[in-house]
Amino acid sequence: MGVAVDGYLLARALLDPASVASLDGAGWQALLTMARAELLSASLAHRLDGIAKPAAAQRFLDDAKASCHQGRLVALWEVEMARRALGDLGVPVVLLKGSAFIAAGLAAGQGRFVGDLDILVPRAELDRVEAALLGAGWEWVKPDPYDDAYYRRWMHELPPLIHRERDRMIDVHHTILPLTARPTPDAGALIADSVALPNGLRILNPNDMICHAAAHLFADGDMSGGMRNLWDIHCLVDDFGAAGLAERARRHGLASAVRRALRLAHALYDTPLPEGWTRSSGDDGLYLRRLTARDGWGRQTRPVTRLGFYVRSHWLRMPPLMLARHLWTKWRKGAG
Amino acid sequence: MATIYRAASPDSLIVVPVDLLTAIYHRASGQTHLMASPAPEILETLADAPLDAEALLAKLRADYDLLDADPAALIARLDELVETGLVERR
Amino acid sequence: MRHVFSVAIGPVGFRVGSDWRGPVAALDHLYASYPKPQDGIADFTVRLFADRPWRRVFRPKVMIGGDFVLPEAAPLSLAHGLLAAEMAMNLQMALGQRRYLLLHASAVERDGKALVMTGLSGAGKSTLAALLMARGWRLMGDEFALLDPATGLIHAFPRLISLKNEAIAVMQAAAPGGMFGPLLADTPKGAIRHLVPDARSVAAMLEPARAALILFPTFGHEAATREVAPSEVFVRLTQASTNYVALAERGFTALTRLVAETPARAIDYPDTESAIAQVEALWASL
Repeated sequence: MGVAVDGYLLARALLDPASVASLDGAGWQALLTMARAELLSASLAHRLDGIAKPAAAQRFLDDAKASCHQGRLVALWEVEMARRALGDLGVPVVLLKGSAFIAAGLAAGQGRFVGDLDILVPRAELDRVEAALLGAGWEWVKPDPYDDAYYRRWMHELPPLIHRERDRMIDVHHTILPLTARPTPDAGALIADSVALPNGLRILNPNDMICHAAAHLFADGDMSGGMRNLWDIHCLVDDFGAAGLAERARRHGLASAVRRALRLAHALYDTPLPEGWTRSSGDDGLYLRRLTARDGWGRQTRPVTRLGFYVRSHWLRMPPLMLARHLWTKWRKGAG
Repeated sequence: MATIYRAASPDSLIVVPVDLLTAIYHRASGQTHLMASPAPEILETLADAPLDAEALLAKLRADYDLLDADPAALIARLDELVETGLVERR
Repeated sequence: MRHVFSVAIGPVGFRVGSDWRGPVAALDHLYASYPKPQDGIADFTVRLFADRPWRRVFRPKVMIGGDFVLPEAAPLSLAHGLLAAEMAMNLQMALGQRRYLLLHASAVERDGKALVMTGLSGAGKSTLAALLMARGWRLMGDEFALLDPATGLIHAFPRLISLKNEAIAVMQAAAPGGMFGPLLADTPKGAIRHLVPDARSVAAMLEPARAALILFPTFGHEAATREVAPSEVFVRLTQASTNYVALAERGFTALTRLVAETPARAIDYPDTESAIAQVEALWASL
């Protein structure tokens, strides 16, 4: 035995598709279930195209591709409907995350399950963007004045909007991290240096996409979904390289996050590191432990490691005094 | 300048008549619509070229023999089609 | 997971991991005649688990997990563990099935042709299917009928037939030799008892059939039959399908084709004898 059934099983299959030849039925079952849990089943399917595998595994992966394809369709339609609502405003609208990858046909978009639509617009134009979306059939998800005020003052996005007919959410950002978080990316530069798509919408330039992915890997939560996030980064670096990345990351105050993200991607997926970048550092091991905390039944494992990261992520998002006040107010209102 | 209406291209639609109604699958959105006249006829007419409401009404009268074609009703139908994404306002 | 069960139902393979032996023992017993998943690889994984370690023993509550889950789903008691497993497998199909269009319908087959019965819960789809099975029809399924977009054929998904309340006694009388699961009292839907599809239905589970009649039964009225227009059939079937939207274009073409090619009738029936008679009459007239 001695084969670890944790995220490394999945990482190895993505990194080296031929390695699945040594898997037995139980090994395949664990790999497929884990991939599904990490939202990497369709990416795995593409990586394993043409590799010999049991018929049942092929079916599972074909189903994953079919699922992903339909999700992609729906996500691209949301992009199109956002374009129709916002296209005439004369405002730069920058697509973010999965929607950007699939709209631009990037490698990171292949096999990518996309959720809500995330866009980035200049802060000064938020009111006009908000009005245009409301006029085109979107409405607020949570009409709660405290949450609303909190959101508008401190968060990096408008309160969530959902389309009343299509039932899909759109998140309108004006920067890529909460205003209460410690690194403060240069939102103006993100937009100024964005790249236009044929349909008039925009995406971040490649280095900024990597910075964004890295920022969210560490700032966003307890790193669940991290393997997928790092796979995005791996695909982006594979596509575009990392020339100028260090400097760009420094500009956004994200140098540490980007370096760590690339080290972790290198450890999992053998992502090429730029010359002179350290291969590994201090607590990378702890991060990797957290990232690969998934078993062959699709369960999250290593509860103590996970808890540590959850506490840490809230610390990153909000200064302590604010966090206390926020939680106290929520408790008083009986929310949560 | 009157609003021009443009329909989804015929390639992006699968149109299947189902007794008195028409089932339409819109490939770009993944949505299925079940429509009654004159919606399918509007889509067919606009498929040739984008038109404004007045020109569309004239063409519908000519091509489909619509006797009581009411301009206000047409605008209402077009608004519904815009909401579904099958028609775009320019 | 300490206890593991796996089974192939029609073209779909499942594995169920459980913190308790009870549900797995019940599943092993009732599905004993069924094959295992092809290549030992299940299409869907289900987990029955205790959310706290002490909940394994003290007033055990069975949480449902797996590949596809509903957030905030209420746990079941261990006594209803078998029900939890069946519900969980249905949930995997409802949320995760991508190869076949799922019709929320029961289906039986005779002479290579399928009768598909669909309608709201309580309309009697499961009971009618079970009764027809007792009368010699092959049971294809009581909860889902699988429509193959590539061929337009109906595929069987014969899991345990779920009988509720009065239907339990009806089927015990109609199928005295049948293999029944334990009586599960006080479930949210009343009393439930499972009936294992007969040997013939299990043996034939990989044989598809062309749909010859779509039926919309409604219980509790004077006997009546009417034709159902294709547009109505189309709307009702899309509403009754949990994965129609997910199947995108394939779902649309499969369903429009089914609706165009298959006669549809609605029947009102006062009791099951009447329903059976109406079904047999309709079938003979096609």
